[in-house]
Amino acid sequence: MTTPAIVADDVSRTYDLDGVSVAALRGVSLTVEAGDYVAIVGTSGSGKSTLMHLLGGLDRPTGGTLLIGGRDVAKLTPDELAELRNTTIGFVFQSFHLLARTTAQDNVGLPLVYRGAGRRERRDRATAMLERVGLAHRITHRPNQMSGGEQQRVAIARALVTGPSVLLADEPTGNLDSATGQSVLALLESLNAEGVAVVLVTHDREVAARARRQIVMKDGLISAAG
Amino acid sequence: MRLAEAWRVALDALRANRLRSLLTMLGVVIGVAAVVALVGIGTGTKQQIEQQVEGLGSNLLLVVPGRLQAGAAPTSSPLTMDDVDAISRVVGDRSRVAVTINSGETVRAGSRSGFASMQGVLETTPTVFVRRLDRGAYLTRTDVSTGRRVAVLGAGVAGDLFGDVDPIGRQITIGGVRFRVIGTFERLGQSLGVDRDGEVHVPVTAAQRLLGTERIDGLAIRAPDRERIDDLSAAVVATLTDRHPDTDFSAVTQEQILGVLGDILGVLTGVLAAIAGISLLVGGVGVSNIMLVSVRERTKEIGLRKAVGARPRDIGVQFLLEAVLLTTTGGVLGMLLGGVTALLVDRLSPVPAALTWWSMALAFGVSAAVGIVFGVVPAQRAGRLDPVVALRTE
Repeated sequence: MTTPAIVADDVSRTYDLDGVSVAALRGVSLTVEAGDYVAIVGTSGSGKSTLMHLLGGLDRPTGGTLLIGGRDVAKLTPDELAELRNTTIGFVFQSFHLLARTTAQDNVGLPLVYRGAGRRERRDRATAMLERVGLAHRITHRPNQMSGGEQQRVAIARALVTGPSVLLADEPTGNLDSATGQSVLALLESLNAEGVAVVLVTHDREVAARARRQIVMKDGLISAAG
Repeated sequence: MRLAEAWRVALDALRANRLRSLLTMLGVVIGVAAVVALVGIGTGTKQQIEQQVEGLGSNLLLVVPGRLQAGAAPTSSPLTMDDVDAISRVVGDRSRVAVTINSGETVRAGSRSGFASMQGVLETTPTVFVRRLDRGAYLTRTDVSTGRRVAVLGAGVAGDLFGDVDPIGRQITIGGVRFRVIGTFERLGQSLGVDRDGEVHVPVTAAQRLLGTERIDGLAIRAPDRERIDDLSAAVVATLTDRHPDTDFSAVTQEQILGVLGDILGVLTGVLAAIAGISLLVGGVGVSNIMLVSVRERTKEIGLRKAVGARPRDIGVQFLLEAVLLTTTGGVLGMLLGGVTALLVDRLSPVPAALTWWSMALAFGVSAAVGIVFGVVPAQRAGRLDPVVALRTE
């Protein structure tokens, strides 16, 4: 049996806002298996974004245990956590977060910069990844020269370029029209079929319904899991 | 992250805000230019004075009565021609000893008159000091021993009294006494603030008779070589003290004069550089300010870079390099501007200026250091930015 991609055990996250303690997550347990396809749904403020940040190693839990790729996040230095994000996790954001003034190719190659890859290697791998997401004709285009769907494909290519085991997508279709959203989802699903675990955060029930299983968040807790 | 990549990112970021980068750089440009130009002027002045002191002649020993120190009372000279003979015996070569007695006198030739520094001297003056004749001949030993009333005019005096006319053989009066012009000096200009072209050299004996005195003001000795200056200095002072027990005598070498002047000018140059350094500091504060703005503007970018694996150090280095790139580019431009300014000052004004590699290197080094010092705080702030908060920023 393979190691689960992510294991969260009674994970909580409390924020200290001007001396007032606010619990965003109040004990969440969740396992993302290798090759899993999970949708996290819930209303705004339910804690799904906080959970997503924890699962991606962008943040650390204030309680419980969180293992990403078998490594305990609490025991990692900031540099090790950065390396974990670089090698194990791929992020896709609602607003794409592409660097303006930078070509699709260099945007996709960005994660490779932080593992010391040379320019040629970065461009070769970025080109291959852009071809994989169907953007072979957009390699030298900048974000403002591309449609929303194309930009999100660039973002997905960027998330995939380091060969991560988990893809974390935060409302990946939120800024796209439904037809474009469908094609982005189809892309994510085809990647999942190749063995990449996909964790999708969404408040769109239809999108969530396509996942293998759904986790419903409410008030910082998992209220239903399927 | 590779350093080359970090440089490229920094350069891109500066290019993205061209006008802002240029304006920020301007503070550093002006600061560095001021340092280079002012140090250049200080150095040029120092070099000019050194040349003037060295231009007096080499291996010179100047002997004057009194102590050479601040606050010492001026001493009236007890020296006479007998002392000169005694010193000549110590030196062993009369041609290496020069004397002077100075007096400001009115000189006349026909209807023209002027003011000149009359110097009563020995015939040895042109060999002890560096002094070249333009026309005629210098004083002879016979002129000195007989107190003949002959004069050698500085270029300025000759011009004032005779214009373009050849003054050789003509009569002038000095302090109302008639002298015959036998030579003129080459134009020499100013030396240590003294107009050397306003001098008139006459035999020391004639000058003493004119002034009604036996004294001489000072002695100069040209040592055969540098090594013997100190011994000679001690021997000369000992001989004079022996002959005049009530008077102190001081002997100074060119090195000592240069040392004192060099110290003064060094301090002056340092003060100029420090004043210019302040403007560099102000430029640095501007860099720091703009870098903080830049970090804030690019919060989202920082969040993204962290999300895809940038370590705090990678982000910090990126912003630090950006600051250093700003200041070093400003430093190079400032070096050019300061260099051109110094050259223009040297060419177009009476103030001398000289560019030195060390002031350029210093200014460049300081500008890089300013980038590091003033870039550290914004860079640390960027590096420590929480990726979650950064990504949420819209």
